[in-house]
Amino acid sequence: MEKFEKLSGIAAPMPMINIDTDMIIPKQFLKTIKRSGLGVNLFDEMRYDDDGKEIPDFVLNKPQYRETQILIAGDNFGCGSSREHAPWAIKDFGIRCVIAPSFADIFYNNCFKNGILPIALPQEQVDILMKEAEKGANARVEVDLEAQTVSTSDGEVFAFEVDAFKKHCLLEGLDDIGLTMEKAASIDAFEAKATQARPWV
Amino acid sequence: MSPKTLYDKIWDAHVAHEADDGTCLLYIDRHLVHEVTSPQAFEGLRMTNRTVRAPDKTIAVPDHNVPTTLDRANAATMTEDSRIQVEALDKNAKDFGIHYYPVSDVRQGIVHIVGPEQGWTLPGMTVVCGDSHTATHGAFGALAHGIGTSEVEHVLATQTLIQRKGKNMKVEITGKLRPGVTAKDITLSVIGVTGTAGGTGYVIEYCGEAIRDLSMEGRMTVCNMAIEGGARAGLIAPDEKTFEYCMGRPHAPKGAQWEAALAWWKTLYSDDDAHWDKVVTLKGEDIAPVVTWGTSPEDVLPITANVPSASDFTGGKVDAAQRSLDYMGLTPGTPLSEVEIDTVFIGSCTNGRIEDLRAAAAILKGKKVKDGIRAMIVPGSGLVRAQAEEEGLADIFKEAGFEWRLAGCSMCLAMNPDQLSPGERCAATSNRNFEGRQGRGGRTHLMSPAMAAAAAITGKLTDVREMM
Ligand code: SF4
Repeated sequence: MEKFEKLSGIAAPMPMINIDTDMIIPKQFLKTIKRSGLGVNLFDEMRYDDDGKEIPDFVLNKPQYRETQILIAGDNFGCGSSREHAPWAIKDFGIRCVIAPSFADIFYNNCFKNGILPIALPQEQVDILMKEAEKGANARVEVDLEAQTVSTSDGEVFAFEVDAFKKHCLLEGLDDIGLTMEKAASIDAFEAKATQARPWV
Repeated sequence: MSPKTLYDKIWDAHVAHEADDGTCLLYIDRHLVHEVTSPQAFEGLRMTNRTVRAPDKTIAVPDHNVPTTLDRANAATMTEDSRIQVEALDKNAKDFGIHYYPVSDVRQGIVHIVGPEQGWTLPGMTVVCGDSHTATHGAFGALAHGIGTSEVEHVLATQTLIQRKGKNMKVEITGKLRPGVTAKDITLSVIGVTGTAGGTGYVIEYCGEAIRDLSMEGRMTVCNMAIEGGARAGLIAPDEKTFEYCMGRPHAPKGAQWEAALAWWKTLYSDDDAHWDKVVTLKGEDIAPVVTWGTSPEDVLPITANVPSASDFTGGKVDAAQRSLDYMGLTPGTPLSEVEIDTVFIGSCTNGRIEDLRAAAAILKGKKVKDGIRAMIVPGSGLVRAQAEEEGLADIFKEAGFEWRLAGCSMCLAMNPDQLSPGERCAATSNRNFEGRQGRGGRTHLMSPAMAAAAAITGKLTDVREMM
């Protein structure tokens, strides 16, 4: 997995609550058997009209947001399905960090498996970042995972929380299957004990 | 010993390893797999020369994009990319030696219907699937939740999941339900109260008289939508109804093993003085038959209410409500019972079981679908379909003017050809009314099977109580 340490980039404002996984990547794009190539269909139904032409008003279609690396959004981002195609599409577009007041659990978890950092901040701080993001390419937002901070170009700094294990994996770009396999002895021991206790499983 | 919730008990019985920081490896008893979220996971195994650690605990079935038309054996009814996904699952199931119900098998159906039906889902188990509605299996008192594809790969390779424990939330529905009110109305009403993020970070246990009174199928409907309330998992403590449902199922234990299982299952309940991080209580008698009006499952109102206006809300919900109203093409103040529909979809893992079909048939018997309405019933599995035919329900549906389909997810997420056109308004028994969920521009109103059947007859959202 790709490491995430620091990021300084353009942030795009999406001031909507409940942005769901069907909006992030509609189901017609789930028919792929690959993880890559979904970026062009990120937010497909908001981004393109019925003829497949770009809708100029949609934030990521605006010239100043084409290189967006950070998304600032409303409450409950990523609600809906477990489809990992949602973070795959976000990553493939070039976005490495999503900042919102809250996230849906499965989506939040899926981000970390794909080198994306989801950051939950209080509404007031998200509001400030939203304003900052509205300045487009004139304002770069900085994210430092090691220090656990988000900074605006005006020098405002917000601290965020992140699970220590998830942070470690993201900083080092670790593959968690490999990490778990190092604990195979514990799994073997558990399995033997569980099979005795619950042989019907 | 300190008192525990049901969630605590199942969790404690499955921790295979705990790190100092509280990160756990949770052992997984059942892993359900379908064609859409698994190909990349199997590809990952191949690329790293890993195998499936416990193929006997892994069950696969194609459901999301299989056609449900009677001619589906004809490969031409499937789009190229759908066919590739189903073929990939065929191959992966064979190569890795996991249990498999191919499209041609009468037991094929929606993964969350097949699991319980075949006795794979049992009380006290940990169950995962690359699908958020895995919460359904919580109806058995199993800790069941959806996972992403990376986690599918992780479970395939290690039979464990990296997890931190969630918080405990109790949702109690006291007393009795009124006539015409169903499990679907309970689960939608709970989301109406908690909001779609109210359960984030929690495992919900549903309890109270109205929950105990539900059949196993009704309980599955309730738990199915725990995820719409933000909770990864919903639970209901197992009881005699649960045990009776499980007994004799193909993969349920038998003989002495059954007795041993039963003895453990009977310990699976929340202790009286267990700690809850959050409690929500609803009175059963206060719950009405409901429908959704917007594009979030929390946009729930009794069928007797009017379409709200954006100014009824506060905060970020004002804009969201306005966006929903525009998308749904609804005018504030209109009685919901005057909203005309184009299509009726009865099916999905929320409401595609035999009791759901019986409830719909009870309303439809001897009646006709209103002229011009497209109406389809998609049973949740081949066995549900067969039983509905045996009970004569299929004839009632066909005589009423419904299409009678083969099993699959169908118009719940419209990955197969069953889709809404832009602006088409649908009364649906599925679980999500998101923009574009049932087809680009399609408008979805969620409700119970009986309510959907009533809507098919009148051509409008309808209070089923007027037909009972
Ligand atoms: S029926 Fe709908 S919600 Fe259920 S598994 Fe299929 S697509 Fe998902």
